[in-house]
This record gives sequence, C-alpha cells and structure tokens, in this order.
Amino acid sequence: MKKKLISALLCVAMVSSMLIGCGSGATEAPAAEAPAAEGEAEAPAAEAPAAEESAAEAPAASADGGKVYYLNFKPEVDAQWQEIAAAYTAETGVEVKVVTAASGTYEEVLRSEIAGTDAPTLFQINGPVGYQNWKDYCLDLTNSELYNALSDKGLAVTGADGGVYGVPYTVEAYGIIYNDAIMQAYFATDGAKAASVDEINSFAKLKEVVEDMTAKKDDLGIQGVFASTSLLPGEDWRWQTHLANVPVYYEYKDNNVGDMAEITFKYSDNFKNIWDLYINNSTCAPGLLGSKAVTDSMAEFALGQCAMVQNGNWAWGQISDVEGNTVKEEDVKFMPIYTGIAGEENQGLCTGTENFWCVNSQASEADQKATLDFVNWMISSDAGKEYMVQSLGNAAPFSTFGDDEKPSDPLAMEMFRYMENGKNSVTWNFTTFPSQAFKDDFGAALLEYCNGNMTWDDVKDLVVTRWAEEKAATAE
Amino acid sequence: MEKTLKKYFLIFTLPTVIAFAFAFLIPFVQGVYLSFCKFTTVSNATWVGLKNYQDAFSGGQGFMSALGFTASFTVVSVITINLLAFTIALLLTRKIKGTNVFRTVFFMPNLIGGIVLGYTWQQMINAVLYKYETTIVANAKFGFWGLVLLMNWQMVGYMMIIYIAGLQNVPTELIEAAKIDGATPWQTLIKVKVPMVMSSITICMFLTLSNSFKLFDQNKALTDGAPMKKTQMLALNIYETFYGRTGYEGVGQAKAVVFFIIVVAIALVQLSFTRSKEVEQ
Repeated sequence: MKKKLISALLCVAMVSSMLIGCGSGATEAPAAEAPAAEGEAEAPAAEAPAAEESAAEAPAASADGGKVYYLNFKPEVDAQWQEIAAAYTAETGVEVKVVTAASGTYEEVLRSEIAGTDAPTLFQINGPVGYQNWKDYCLDLTNSELYNALSDKGLAVTGADGGVYGVPYTVEAYGIIYNDAIMQAYFATDGAKAASVDEINSFAKLKEVVEDMTAKKDDLGIQGVFASTSLLPGEDWRWQTHLANVPVYYEYKDNNVGDMAEITFKYSDNFKNIWDLYINNSTCAPGLLGSKAVTDSMAEFALGQCAMVQNGNWAWGQISDVEGNTVKEEDVKFMPIYTGIAGEENQGLCTGTENFWCVNSQASEADQKATLDFVNWMISSDAGKEYMVQSLGNAAPFSTFGDDEKPSDPLAMEMFRYMENGKNSVTWNFTTFPSQAFKDDFGAALLEYCNGNMTWDDVKDLVVTRWAEEKAATAE
Repeated sequence: MEKTLKKYFLIFTLPTVIAFAFAFLIPFVQGVYLSFCKFTTVSNATWVGLKNYQDAFSGGQGFMSALGFTASFTVVSVITINLLAFTIALLLTRKIKGTNVFRTVFFMPNLIGGIVLGYTWQQMINAVLYKYETTIVANAKFGFWGLVLLMNWQMVGYMMIIYIAGLQNVPTELIEAAKIDGATPWQTLIKVKVPMVMSSITICMFLTLSNSFKLFDQNKALTDGAPMKKTQMLALNIYETFYGRTGYEGVGQAKAVVFFIIVVAIALVQLSFTRSKEVEQ
C-alpha cells in the first residue's frame, strides 16, 4: 500500500514538474504583465518566440503583393489593432498581421522577431536612442507620404545622414492630472490658499495649496492630495523618465542643446521640490511607496481618494475603466508640473511623443511597399483615420487630419487646450536619456531616498555619474 | 543482444538526439560564439574577441556583487531546504494519521509557477511589513530572507517526496538489527538511515543547489533586484545586462557563458563529493 502511494506520488511529482516546465514558458510573462493583451497568441513570451510564430502565422501572402507585419507596442490597444488589420485585409486583400508585445518587453520581442525569417515590416522606436539601436533596420522615409503628411517635420527622428527614419504617429502630453470637484471643494473652504486653479501657476503656490489641502484632507474626504508615488520595481517610469524630463529640459535649454554627454543635474533641487511634495502629501507613508504600482495610483485617483496624480493623456482609459470610479469626466483636468524654476508661470504640459513608426529596411521591397501603403491608409483614408482617432485614441500629428478629427476624451481635450493657449510646452527630452539601465538606477535611488537609505546629494551624484557612464557606454 | 542494441542504438535515439541538438546544442554553440561578438540581433553579429569578457567583470556591471548575493543565498537555502525537507520526511514516514493529506499539502506549492509565487509572496510580505510602514524593497535583508522563505516554501515539498522515497527503502532488517544492538533513535538515524539515503541526499543537494543558483523568476517577481540591485542574483543580472542598454548584448552573453561554467563546476564538485559518501545497499 505504502509503496504504491509513494510511486503514485512520485508520478504526480514527475508529471507536475513536466507540466510546470511546459506551462511556464508560454503563459507566465504575458499573463502576469499584460492582462490587456489577448493571451499568449498575440503577446509572445520572450522565451518562446519560435513556437508563437508558427502558431500565429496566417496563410501566406498573395503572390503579387507584399504583406504587413506590425509589432505593436501598446497592449492596451491590441484588440483595436486586430480589428484594423482585419478591416484592411477585407478592404484591400493585403494580409496584415499584428502582434503585440507584452508590457515592458517590446525591445526583447522585437529583437527576437526581427532576427527571424518572418520579421516585422513595421515596428516602432522610442526616439534617437532607439534609432541608434535599430538604425540597421530603419528605412529612409524622406520620400514617403507618411512623412510628407507630418504637420511638424521637426518631430521626426532623423539620422546623421539627414534621412528620416522614424515618423511619430501620435502626440501625447503629461502633467499633473487633478480632480476639479475636489479642488472646487477645497477652494470653498475657509482660508483656502487660492480661489481657482488658474491661480496655481508656480511651485510656491502649488506647495502652499497642497500642504493646506493635506491639513484639511479629512474635510475634503481624501486620503492624500497626491496619488501614491508608485515605486514598485518596473513601475517607476513616471518619475525616472517623465518627471526627470523637466529638470533635464531646462538644463538642455540653458545650454541650447538637445542632448548632452554629461549633465550637472543643475535643477536637481527643483526635482527634489516636487518630489518631496509628492511623497509627503500622498495617500500613504513614504516608506510604503515601494509596494505601489501605477494602477494603484490611477485607481486611487479614479475612486476620489486623492485630488492629483502625475500622468499623461493615455491614462484616461485607466481612470474611466476603474470599477466604481467616482470622478466625473468633466472634472478631469491637467495642470503643468511646477518645480520652482524661474519663468514657469508660462510653462505648459510636457508634450511630445516616444512612438515613432519605422519600416523595416531589410524586408523585401514588396513588403516595404505594402507597409507604406498600409500606414498611408491609416492616416489618409476615412476608415483609417476613424480608427486612428476613435479606436486608438491617437492625436495624430498629420495634416491629413481635420480639426474635428481628434480624440475627444477629457485629457486629450485638455492637451489641445494647452497646445493652443500660448504656454510653452516642455518637450520630451527623455528620449535622449542614455539607457534603460540609467533610468532603472535613477528609480532605484528614488526608492532608497524614500526609504531614508540615501540622502538627496547621493541621489544627485548617482544621476550625474550614471548619466555620464551610460552615455559613454552606449556611445561605443 | 548487445550487438542488436548497438545496431539499433542510433535509430532509437535519433529523435531525441535531433531534438537535443536543435533545442540545446546548436543554441549553446551559437551562444558561446555570440559571447565574442557585438550584436543587436543574433543574425547580425561582429567579432570583438575577449572584450565582452573584460567588460563583464568591470566594476559598474555588478556581476561580482550579484555572484556574492547568489552564493550566500544558495548556501542558506540549500541548508534550510534540505534540513526542513528531511525533517518533514522523517515525520511523515512514521505512521501518523493523515500522512497522505500532509504529504499532498506540503507538495502543493511545487505546482505553482515562479512568477506567480514571487508576486504572491511580495503581496504577503508587504502586507506584513505594512504595519511597520515599510516594504520588502526597503532593505536588502528583507529581500534576502523573503527569497529564502519563498524558496523553502516552494521546494521543501518536492525534496520531501524524494527523501520519503529514500527513507522507505531503508531495509527494516537494518533498523531492527540496530534496535536489538541497543542503538538510540538518534544513532539509528545518523548511522543507519542517513548513509542509506545518501543517494537521495545527492539528488536533493543537486536539485536545490542548481535551482537556487539559477534562480530567476522568483527573484524577478519578488524584488527585481531592489533596492539598488542589492538583491539581484546572477541570472537577473545577466538578463538586465542584455536588455538594459544598447550594445551590451554581447556582454550579457559573455556573462551567461561564465555563469554556465560556474554552475557546471559547482554541480560536478558537489556530485562527486556526495557520491563518494554513498554506500552500496
């Protein structure tokens, strides 16, 4: 009896270890990180690209024309892209395959996919640094209709030879998102430090208001002014990338350059200003921030537990989709990120893009042509434009889009308002940040600062030295 | 018989040999080759010689500190896992009521994947630390012991099964003889049972050692190296070298080759050591 049991158990052990072995490769990465993606089929795990390819491969292309294979960056719009691909194939007969990389794995998936025989013909880079990585694969788009339709030619990624290698397909903006209902409730309280949001046009004023709001948080029914400053590993991009862009923008501006091999982090104190304000007026204690994810922050905002959160217009979906959200559409507004830099009264939102389309230069000519036709269809045909604006929510920077062809969610509307109200937009300079390793180290230092293990001077030193090291390392 | 075996050896092993070659040998050889190259995609590489290996060991790469953390983690977890697993196995080979239930329960964690476990334990540990207004990433010690706890929880059950199988194969004559000779239970354990289950110990030591050394999923999910890469293990360090920075794919590859050599060396030393202690039954 006992022997039988043992053997049975051992069998279970054996089988289970096999199951674990098989199961983990296919499901872990996408399931854990990209709930929005449509399971394994569309989001290949980095470990198993070969298996995925054969599974997802559609019938071969028609004999004459090429085919399109788009490696999509945004898991949140995967379903929309599949729909677009099907619609385009139905209309033109050209095969379009869209694969979405799981959140945070785009570079890995692109690396393995592009080395294969059925490589993506259309992919995206995140700016000059990404171009440096993929320049061997980027087709010169100077004469393409896509580039010619771009309304601001300066937005495109250009190479050393003057060619155009990446064309942005959307413009995005970020700043401090606030809940106007809570702000109005605050302005109505006794001794409010401001009477309207328009009066908040500098860091000093923002600080005054925020600290007063924290003091009155019980009356306002909030747990803190700012949503928790998410510092869980991998969830810190709002700070080490987006917030860090502000001081770097001003440092570039002072030096009249668009990139620097070494920075002095001249405006580190300004970063510290807003950072301290964020973490000390938050919904939780600074020591707990290491357990918070971006979705936690957005949920807090959507549920009305806080009045402000730093994020971009892409976050509207995350706010509106939260179950039981209490924030009204008309109350969601943007405010610039003030850090106490001279002249910031005229500062607008941080506006730019890190989504550039590139056409694979090593694909066959037929495929390249099919791909260019496809993107051209996206920006010029009525159906394509409809998808761009309504399904994908892209604020497309192309002259082919009329004034009425813009996304209409509240944050996008706010973005257009800021673009048109004469304020100076802060450009996205984080596309020149040296590497992911630099950003990760910066984020780790911010976490250490919150936990009291590092002083601000340590953080500043780390940023300066790591920037120089990483710039040197990647320049080789 | 021998002859026929030899004759058909190739035919019968061919499928496995082919699979092994495609899934292991070819990628392995290519991987070693790539460690001497600078590349972005595997099909487009240029030879740079030993430069990647030099870079791999330079200061900013964190390879040595990851090695240190991995080594101390491995030592602690190998000892704790095996001690715990053996103790539980001893308890569950006595005739206690509900032995089967216990065995199943202890074995269950092994059925859950590493990433899931990592996130689950992260939540649980953070929930406990919440009381002290801190998190698992606040201090490298939390991460270290969290990882040890996680690995114990996951692997003890599996090792326990192997030990149980070993213990049940100890001939009862030997134990009875020892009893008649007046051996205490402790003496029976040390002088009879342990030498007799030495082959199980070899297997368990090998499994825990190599699994702890190669740990990746759990490390990535639980702390992802935070704070400041102080809880980063070798596999994670290699992964981040490969993907963290443009132009460092080759360095990551070089590290991976070094990692492979270390793992093989340790495994061989450990195997020959524990094997020498095994006794014929």
